Amino acid sequence: MRRPLATLAVNGALLVLGLVTLAPLLWMVSASLMPTGEAASLPPRLLPSTATLEHYRDLFGRLALGRSFRNSLILASAITAVSLICNSMAGYAFAKLRFRGRGRLFAILLATLVVPPQVGMLPLFLELRLLGLVNSMGGVLVAGIASVFGIFLVRQFALGIPDELLDAARVDGASELRIFWTIVLPALRPILVTLAVFTFLSAWNDFMWPLVVLTEESRQTLPVALANLSGEHVQDTELMMAGAVITVAPVILLFLAVQRQYLEGILMGSVKE
Amino acid sequence: MAKDGRTLGNGTPYEARAAWILLAPALAAIALFFALPVLGGLALSLTDFDLYAVADPTNARFVGLGNYTRLLGDPVFWKALGNTLLFVGLGAPLTLLASLGGALLVHSRLARLRGIWRTVFFAPVVTTLVAAAVVFRYLYHPRYGLLNRGLDLLGLPAVDWLGDPRWALLAIVLMSLWRSFGYGLVILVAGLAAIPDSLYEAARIDGAGWWRQLTSITLPMLSPTLLFVTVLTTVGLFQVFAEPYVMTRGGPLNGTLSVALFMYQQGFRWWNLGQAAAIAFVLFALILAASAVPAALGRRRSG
Repeated sequence: MRRPLATLAVNGALLVLGLVTLAPLLWMVSASLMPTGEAASLPPRLLPSTATLEHYRDLFGRLALGRSFRNSLILASAITAVSLICNSMAGYAFAKLRFRGRGRLFAILLATLVVPPQVGMLPLFLELRLLGLVNSMGGVLVAGIASVFGIFLVRQFALGIPDELLDAARVDGASELRIFWTIVLPALRPILVTLAVFTFLSAWNDFMWPLVVLTEESRQTLPVALANLSGEHVQDTELMMAGAVITVAPVILLFLAVQRQYLEGILMGSVKE
Repeated sequence: MAKDGRTLGNGTPYEARAAWILLAPALAAIALFFALPVLGGLALSLTDFDLYAVADPTNARFVGLGNYTRLLGDPVFWKALGNTLLFVGLGAPLTLLASLGGALLVHSRLARLRGIWRTVFFAPVVTTLVAAAVVFRYLYHPRYGLLNRGLDLLGLPAVDWLGDPRWALLAIVLMSLWRSFGYGLVILVAGLAAIPDSLYEAARIDGAGWWRQLTSITLPMLSPTLLFVTVLTTVGLFQVFAEPYVMTRGGPLNGTLSVALFMYQQGFRWWNLGQAAAIAFVLFALILAASAVPAALGRRRSG
């Protein structure tokens, strides 16, 4: 008799926690479809009386949010591609190639993980000004070219590549770079997919650095544009919810599509050295 | 070739050269766009670099620890520091409890649809912070917000969540709790799965109940994972920036001004870059100290 009761309690609690977790997101979608003014009506409405896409049309038309959407897409993709190449090369070298100072260098890199990104932000801004990269996509990109976390993740995975495979290729006369390209990269594919999703999500969601670097409105990323918009259109609830949906939808969909690899990547990253 | 033969520094010159070629792009980027700026930040924090120096760096002068001592005398800094500590002090335990509670539920053998719940609880983590802040600003609306509607249904008085200095900080803590508990949850579920079943079987044979199993087996076995999640949560909370930036701009009456937001304002709004760099290093020191505490606790426990 105790067992059904416990089952009910556990699943009931999960249901409540799940609903509380999803409520803000569900309300966001619902309110984004309401006619103007309906989200702020009494008695409260949870669903739109008639669903309308006018706010989405407004955002992409009059308010030119499509531009920011494209900026975010280009920037997040570029950061993902570039950092994937750099991190996989470095991670593999740390895992499988012997050279003097390898252990010490890797330890130094890991130690930099404790430094919060804000510490280098101001001088990096001055440095970019010197290089003429302020207010350019390149300025945002440079901070994401390589990541210690990415190198660490690739290294952990690359340690599992059998040495025999690499040595056999060497005996056959393949160059080190050729080995990297034809043997190592395909072997790293699972971790590279995980890392790609990881990088894309955090580049898409990043706020502080694009806010600092991209001053011109036409170059802003979606989160920065949304933050600005919400300053000007505080009263327009439904419009802001549509903006939030546009900002969130790509990353949620991407996450749902590859959640398995993504969550495994988190666990791999959380395993301590 | 035996694995043991592959000792460090033992590679052929050719292999070492290949390694450095592969490492070069990543190392160069980290040196140029991370290490150099961090060292530059240290130097910057010892100067009076301001708007005039932005125009012409020769205007900057060395002021030693002047920026740091000035911070000590700045009531706004103390307010930001107090807020951040309160933010971590409230947020970390709440987030940890929510993550642990959720993880125990998801891991429970009585739970149905475990995979789906794990995904649901993780969804806020991937949600863009700015979008979440925009949504929560409306959920907190004193008249039309869902939260106050809920309070009303329970017969409780409405709260001016973001307009009242006493509530605004808590409002931001609650939002951050919503957004981040799923991260710890996923890690803790994996930690729970790693505890051997035989321990629980032995405990059940000894007649241990649910609570006894939790306190004598689950929590002790889970403590390294808990420690890791604690550090992760704490470090993240110390850097809180976008939530107050979007929802309250640090107000009302600096009630939600965080150290990172204060740094941003000093640096990129008033261009007091020297002062802002000093704030960044204070934040760094705080994070170091805060992550040293759980690490020391962990060492003591593992003897």
